[in-house]
Amino acid sequence: MPYFSLTPADREAMLATIGVQSADELFADIPASLRDAAREAFANLEGGRSEMGLKRDMARLAAKNVHADTSTCFLGAGVYDHYVPSAVSALASRGEFVTAYTPYQAETSQGTLQVIYEFQSLLCRLTGMEMANASLYDGATALAEALILAYAATKKKRMLVPRGLSPAYRRVATTYTQGLPITIDEIPFDTTTGQIDGEALKEALKSGDVAAVVVAQPNFFGVLEDAPAIAEATHAAGALLVAVFNPLSLGILPPPGSYDADVAIADGQSLGLPMTFGGPGLGLFCCKQKFSRLAPGRLVGLTTDAEGTRGFTLTLQTREQHIRREKATSNICSNQALCALVATIYMATMGERGVREAATHSFHKAAYAREQLQTLPGVKPVFSGPHYHEFAVSLPVAVETIGKALAEEDIIGPYDLGRDYPELEGAALFCCTEKRSREDIDFLTKVLSAALPRPKVESGASGSDLNGNGSVHLDGVAVHYADDARTFYLDW
Amino acid sequence: MLNSPSLEPLLFELSDPGSASDYLPPLDVPEAPLPFATRAELDIPEVDEHSVVRHFTRLSQNTFSIDTHFYPLGSCTMKYNPKLNEAVAAMPGFASVHPLQAETTSQGWLEVLFRAQEVLAKIAGLDACTVQPLAGAQGEFCGLLMIRAYHNARGEADKRRRIVVPDSAHGTNPASAARCGYAVTTVKSNAEGGVDMDAMRAALKDDVAAVMITNPNTLGVFEAQIEELCTLAHENGALVYMDGANMNAILGQARPGDMGVDVMHYNVHKTFSTPHGGGGPGAGPVAVRSILEPFLPVPHVIQAESGEFAWDWDRPDAVGSLHGFRGNSGVILRALTYILRHGGEGLRQVSSDAVLSANYILARLKGTYETANPNGCKHECVLSASKLRSQYGVSAWDIAKRLPDYGFHAPTVYFPTIVKESMMIEPTETETKATLDAFCEAMLAIAEEAKNDPDLLHRAPLTMPVGRLDEANAAKCLNLCWTTPQAEEACESDGEPKREIAGAPTY
Amino acid sequence: MNTPTDLFYTESDEWLRREDDGLVTLGITDYAQGELGEIVYLELPEVGTSIVAGGSFGVAESVKAVGELHSPIAGEVVAANTDATENPGVVNESPFENGWMIRLKPSEELDTSSLMSAEQYAALRA
Repeated sequence: MPYFSLTPADREAMLATIGVQSADELFADIPASLRDAAREAFANLEGGRSEMGLKRDMARLAAKNVHADTSTCFLGAGVYDHYVPSAVSALASRGEFVTAYTPYQAETSQGTLQVIYEFQSLLCRLTGMEMANASLYDGATALAEALILAYAATKKKRMLVPRGLSPAYRRVATTYTQGLPITIDEIPFDTTTGQIDGEALKEALKSGDVAAVVVAQPNFFGVLEDAPAIAEATHAAGALLVAVFNPLSLGILPPPGSYDADVAIADGQSLGLPMTFGGPGLGLFCCKQKFSRLAPGRLVGLTTDAEGTRGFTLTLQTREQHIRREKATSNICSNQALCALVATIYMATMGERGVREAATHSFHKAAYAREQLQTLPGVKPVFSGPHYHEFAVSLPVAVETIGKALAEEDIIGPYDLGRDYPELEGAALFCCTEKRSREDIDFLTKVLSAALPRPKVESGASGSDLNGNGSVHLDGVAVHYADDARTFYLDW
Repeated sequence: MLNSPSLEPLLFELSDPGSASDYLPPLDVPEAPLPFATRAELDIPEVDEHSVVRHFTRLSQNTFSIDTHFYPLGSCTMKYNPKLNEAVAAMPGFASVHPLQAETTSQGWLEVLFRAQEVLAKIAGLDACTVQPLAGAQGEFCGLLMIRAYHNARGEADKRRRIVVPDSAHGTNPASAARCGYAVTTVKSNAEGGVDMDAMRAALKDDVAAVMITNPNTLGVFEAQIEELCTLAHENGALVYMDGANMNAILGQARPGDMGVDVMHYNVHKTFSTPHGGGGPGAGPVAVRSILEPFLPVPHVIQAESGEFAWDWDRPDAVGSLHGFRGNSGVILRALTYILRHGGEGLRQVSSDAVLSANYILARLKGTYETANPNGCKHECVLSASKLRSQYGVSAWDIAKRLPDYGFHAPTVYFPTIVKESMMIEPTETETKATLDAFCEAMLAIAEEAKNDPDLLHRAPLTMPVGRLDEANAAKCLNLCWTTPQAEEACESDGEPKREIAGAPTY
Repeated sequence: MNTPTDLFYTESDEWLRREDDGLVTLGITDYAQGELGEIVYLELPEVGTSIVAGGSFGVAESVKAVGELHSPIAGEVVAANTDATENPGVVNESPFENGWMIRLKPSEELDTSSLMSAEQYAALRA
């Protein structure tokens, strides 16, 4: 059996020291009926595999997934396929980091504590915010925590959340606040620009009962908001501004601190974390220092010992559940410390220039892809606002159909916006990171082109749907015939 | 002035602009005009790759871990974290998969989550399970939301506004209840640290939505009256929530569902060997009785008759979602790997050896330290330094600080709060007898030191990179982000040796 | 343990002093500050706040403990000790003098029958 450290002889000796005959006696206080039922149920549990056999089983399960190491990923919508330097996973997988406990005992945890302090410090610099905590679960729960902080800080209950914010974030925020006296009102987006409808926001702020306004920069459509203007309107109404940002985008975009955000939250997955089917991610939580006592989660502070040696320790623990219990600022205990470590090593390795480059390249590649896709017949940009590294286009055929056609060519994506936005039926969200080469983007364009219905060069029949009828030839222009042989089109 | 820097400088002190390696190829698409204002400086350090590697390698060596030390933290289940789990999680077919991929392209992942749902429900003796909650505390929150939804569906949500929690419970229990908008009634434990049935009866009025219990409780004692307690709660129309933090004690020995529990969470980073990672990520799957199944969060994984797995979003009574995607899937994958490696018999051996090891430590130390477990314990034992405190002025805190000098991490101290000067020791099933013996010898030696040289214990630890830190100064002169050396100097401590901090739970 | 005889005490370790102008000053006892340890944070209400009898008027925190501050009497806050909020250590050093916390204008005549004398309090915390 695996992972046991006691031998039968050890067990005998230990039982003798305790003064019992068998380990079974140590469970004598559990009612026999419960023990019998458990024994029977466990006899039927699957498992008990050798390491060799199990590893093969798991590898076969893994092989049932299409993955971005061999396919080309144009899917984003909150999880991004960025390049991660080899040093990052090599360092982050060190057993000393991976198997350490929460650093409550400071003297035995200086390594972990210093990493978290560096993480908090890097985030402050990246975001221009005054403080950052040691991490929350993910971006969506970080938003929920931000709203709860806003409620505690302002004693107001009403939150304004843009419809252009990630549907997943909105869903989690609603789930988190259902037992609390918080109401969430949606602010629509301008269907032309994709940005927050400024008039609707101003109208909603008039009542003066708003605790917080949320702005996503960029929003779910990849569109950049006029964050400074929203901040001004928000603060003029006495509400707090909660900024939702993409951390890697801050290599090029003005940080939330520059537009006076009160709280800034994000998912840190883009800072060197693998996609891992969406989790573990990394909740980032930054705020103005005046909210330090309302902030959720752990904080690491710098201090000294009696000799004056610099050291790090968890601080302001009186906010937390293990001391404050039902009056704690949050119930969070375990956070995403190891993911924060990854993000720290990623930023340290890439450095200022690397982070800036990754952000800049992502922008240019998305701009190029948007440009290319628009040249295809029937493919139109959905929003006119400025974009970062994601963009929506409307397609003349169902997004799901396109997704299937792309999958056949080992392309992952796009995201079907109609799933969450009935008003955007037929719109697809594409993402480009620095990992997408020009070749990748040109290939996407080509495959998409083949999957679309074409303007007829010559036609003997009424336009039939040619979905799935074309095949792609990469070597130059090719003529493709549809199945029914009544129409054909040119590939370019 | 600072007397000396920490052993390893801060990243910011290593920065040398222009020294970072490059990792990306040149831009291969035309530059587009920037349609937005860009920022000037990031102020992120630039360090050459070799120095980055040394920096983090040295920091890793500056931390205790399961891989390097015995970590007898009670209620934390610091067991060996198998390397197989990490190898499986690193497979690209798991690590490089996007959560929003089509179901047809992520069947492997869906199967992992589905099988985890199934096996975790069986281990609990309950009917269904969600693997979405991200940690134990969020599992509690999820479970309580489901309880709230259950009462709501019965038209009793406005009436049942209260959660009953024993005073020995983990702090997350009342904190999670508060997050659901519930009022918390704390009931005192009996002299043995168990649920006081009379106090419970008195607290169980018709405004109670649920009772939250921990079994085995935080004294490491199995609540023998658990079935009676569940019956009592149910008769009152309340549900029973079980904190599964201590499941390592009873895996395959007793199932919460059989006890009468309606809903429970696991801490897979405790029971199922996933790494703590310096504080996370964890996962907190929640298993429920069928009456709560309609309220499980979305999306839930289902299997069609064809054998295909799919996301089920069509759950109108669901409490909502607790994560932006599918939960900490990578953690669930490790837990499933561990469960499959052990199988049912292996998991029963886990609890058997965990309980044996804890009782062995108890047997060896109970003559020297007082104990809250006169009749034995389950997976952890609770000792007390009360006598050493009154006789020699040596506290549990001092002992916790001295143990690292002997090469051991401290046990949990000052928790549970119902025992004075408590030290909660959980050895787990993955330590050799030699390690357990060495730990006991250290505890005995420290008790001797307490008599002969108590001042030594007040000054401990003596062999760590730093001595006891000025935690009060850290709170008063809050420095959470590195700015300048001047800011650090402005926060200097008064240099008084820091002896003790009033007994608050320290895990 | 220092327990001045001219003050009244509560079971939750606050003291009250009746001032000549009819106001009542509140603080925490020497015993309470000792139990908390080094106080690093003190939160007091703003002037003008109404306090209900038995209600909380703030918190005193050390690194790992939180002391909720309770007033046994109702009234309006007419002063809060900002020296103490800026330098909470003063509560440890001088709990009965410089470490006072708030002055209340009581809603009604102070009823001392429900409060403890120094002697009674000293016996409670002996």
